[in-house]
Amino acid sequence: MLTQNSAPDNAYDEFIKGVWRENPVFVQVLGMCPTLAVTNSAMNALVMGLATFFVLTGSSALVSSVKDWIPKQVRISCYVIIIATFVTVIDYTLLALVPKIHKELGAFIPLIVVNCIILGRQEAFASKNTVYLSVLDAMGSSIGFLFALLALGGLREILGVGALFGVNLFGEHYEPWVIMVLPPGGFLVLGLILLFFNWFKARKPEKSLNPALETPHG
Amino acid sequence: MEKQKQKLIVQAAPYLSHGITAPKAMLDIIYALIPVALLSVWFFGISSLWVIISATLGGVLVEWLFNRERADNPLKDGSAILTGLLLGLTLPAGLPLWMAFLGGVVAIGLGKTVWGGLGNNLFNPALLGRAFLLGNFPIAMTTWPAPIGDAGIFSVYPSTFTWPFMQVATDSVSGATPLNLMKFQHQFTDVGSLFIGNVSGSYGETSALLLLVIGGVLILRRSIDWRIPAALLGSVFVLSLIFFMVDSRLYPNPFFMLFSGGLMFAAVFMATDPVTSPLTPKGAWIFGIGMGAITVLIRLFGGLPEGVMYAVLLMNATVPLIDKISQPRAFGHGLKKDGQ
Amino acid sequence: MKQQPIQWVKPPKAEQEPSSTRLVLTMAVAGFLSGLLTISIYLVTLPTITAYKIESLRQAVFRVLPNTVSIQEYVYRDGQLRAVKDGEKAKDEASIYGGFDIRQNMLGYAIAAEGAGFQDTIRLLYGYDKVQKRIVGMEVLDSRETPGLGDKIYKDLDFVANFKALNPLPEIKAVKKGQRTADNQIDAITGATISSVAIVKIINQSNALWLPRIHATHGHCFRSLSC
Repeated sequence: MLTQNSAPDNAYDEFIKGVWRENPVFVQVLGMCPTLAVTNSAMNALVMGLATFFVLTGSSALVSSVKDWIPKQVRISCYVIIIATFVTVIDYTLLALVPKIHKELGAFIPLIVVNCIILGRQEAFASKNTVYLSVLDAMGSSIGFLFALLALGGLREILGVGALFGVNLFGEHYEPWVIMVLPPGGFLVLGLILLFFNWFKARKPEKSLNPALETPHG
Repeated sequence: MEKQKQKLIVQAAPYLSHGITAPKAMLDIIYALIPVALLSVWFFGISSLWVIISATLGGVLVEWLFNRERADNPLKDGSAILTGLLLGLTLPAGLPLWMAFLGGVVAIGLGKTVWGGLGNNLFNPALLGRAFLLGNFPIAMTTWPAPIGDAGIFSVYPSTFTWPFMQVATDSVSGATPLNLMKFQHQFTDVGSLFIGNVSGSYGETSALLLLVIGGVLILRRSIDWRIPAALLGSVFVLSLIFFMVDSRLYPNPFFMLFSGGLMFAAVFMATDPVTSPLTPKGAWIFGIGMGAITVLIRLFGGLPEGVMYAVLLMNATVPLIDKISQPRAFGHGLKKDGQ
Repeated sequence: MKQQPIQWVKPPKAEQEPSSTRLVLTMAVAGFLSGLLTISIYLVTLPTITAYKIESLRQAVFRVLPNTVSIQEYVYRDGQLRAVKDGEKAKDEASIYGGFDIRQNMLGYAIAAEGAGFQDTIRLLYGYDKVQKRIVGMEVLDSRETPGLGDKIYKDLDFVANFKALNPLPEIKAVKKGQRTADNQIDAITGATISSVAIVKIINQSNALWLPRIHATHGHCFRSLSC
């Protein structure tokens, strides 16, 4: 996962790997705190995903452009300062623009700062690659994260409320699955999605004739 | 090096064996459940039979789906049918059938197959299914219909045939369970009618007398470990007796505690599930007493009227630990050296 | 996929260790720039945020105390409720909001209270009409009660309507739905008795604190309806 490649023809790959092959939630199982905590509705998931997108892309762009000036001994502290600044910016912006959603997301907006996906991308990628590739890599990872949050939030809202983005889907007589919008629902739905992801992955090599592909990889 | 299939199976302790095959033990319990099911039809009408059948169908379907590529018949051991039956008997009589079906699916799917099938699950599958339903549909799962009375066995509660995924359309006549009355209105139901079973509740939890007889027979046939029900019922009795003696107006009498709610049913059928209970005699005592204490605490001080389901599930989680600390000492090992 | 071993970041031997001054300077510059940006965004968004807070408070007070057009914060000092100006209030000092109608007549007070619910703390705001001596509105600000059951404390309009002309004295009682006999009783929600009782308890506790203060300020006598 920590492969580094600066060849420009790999740009597309750097972008797409975070979306699917190395999806931060479904494959790397990182960033579990926001994934489980704020996906009780599709709207919350979307806002959280966009906030993380802003912080991750901004931090990666900045870190990769100033990487040569930062001594290695203090690099983690500098990354954290950069990430925290972006988080503060998005925190106040959301409070001013969408105060209701900000209130529902609560402590999880400031907690983006400790989302390991973000620091992970800085340390593993942005600190070693060009600005162009780093931004692509960050966008890929954050779109993968956004996609995962939306999948969870959408499923939980559809089952738990019978609506998607607040739009009622099944009429007023739908019996909501209350547990889905409660904390256990987060674990249940994430577990089920991971089950299908792994089942999907496990089936693929079965069909291929190349035995080399059968070795499982982390 | 070439990849080879591992032939050596390393299993965790304990290596004890009951000497009874799984299907035989399952069948014994299934036979024992038939009179309970019949009595529930007597009290609550044909609706209860539909609910039990739906829950069982849900369980059997998932069991078949997950194991359909197995050489032998996955349903042969009867565990899916047993789980479905057990689940069905803990549900309210008027529960919409689609909810009962979903409960069966979750019980086997999340309660058993994802753990690796029969013998590997940590929690009692039937109670896991019930906990899921209770969390999901709190209103439907706590609407306990009153016994049918004179309406006849073939009368059906209107809520039974609700469209899948839809709410119960009409307000059904609900009877408050004896434990609800105690918790929220401070009324204590007469112990006599609890004993016979003509009160609101899930089918399985109504008649203490029948459950006591069945439990006795199962213990005599050695189908269940007598220590677990003894420890559970005994600890509930002793603990509630202490509270009753402290303040008899505030706390119910210990016989009420024994015969109300799902305690009897759980003691005979749920807590004794060999997969999710400890294997050692000492462990069985610890397990039972722990469940009894949690049940009394939830009933008297918790926010819910009935706590035996969560008591069993919580203690299920401690079973690996109990098994570890209650292993009998192998001869000659672990003794203190002389003079120390 | 070929996996490369993780490369531990090690300063190459040929390169010289950067001096401590350089390290401190880097951190200082980073901190300074970050602080600058943080303060700028704070100053830019502050007016919007403050305006929203004031507006949402005014609307909440309006909902629990009908006919309110302006509000004023009050604290309890020296046996009286006193209006506070901006910044005069101590940080932890409890306060309530007085509501005024269009002619600047005082209608009553909006009191925020909180306490334990079934799952988590419930925060609510209720309006007390000082002339009628009745609770005239209640709104749950924050709660995590069970969806579909406990959340009826704010979704069930029948339950909320209980608080439209409620006599708070001697204390509010929750009774089974349809068994109301006196004007200090409310209909509990069927199936969510605990949440209903929690609301009643929160308001009763808050009343025990604030009603004597309100009555002391306005010269009414307390715990009796005859005067």
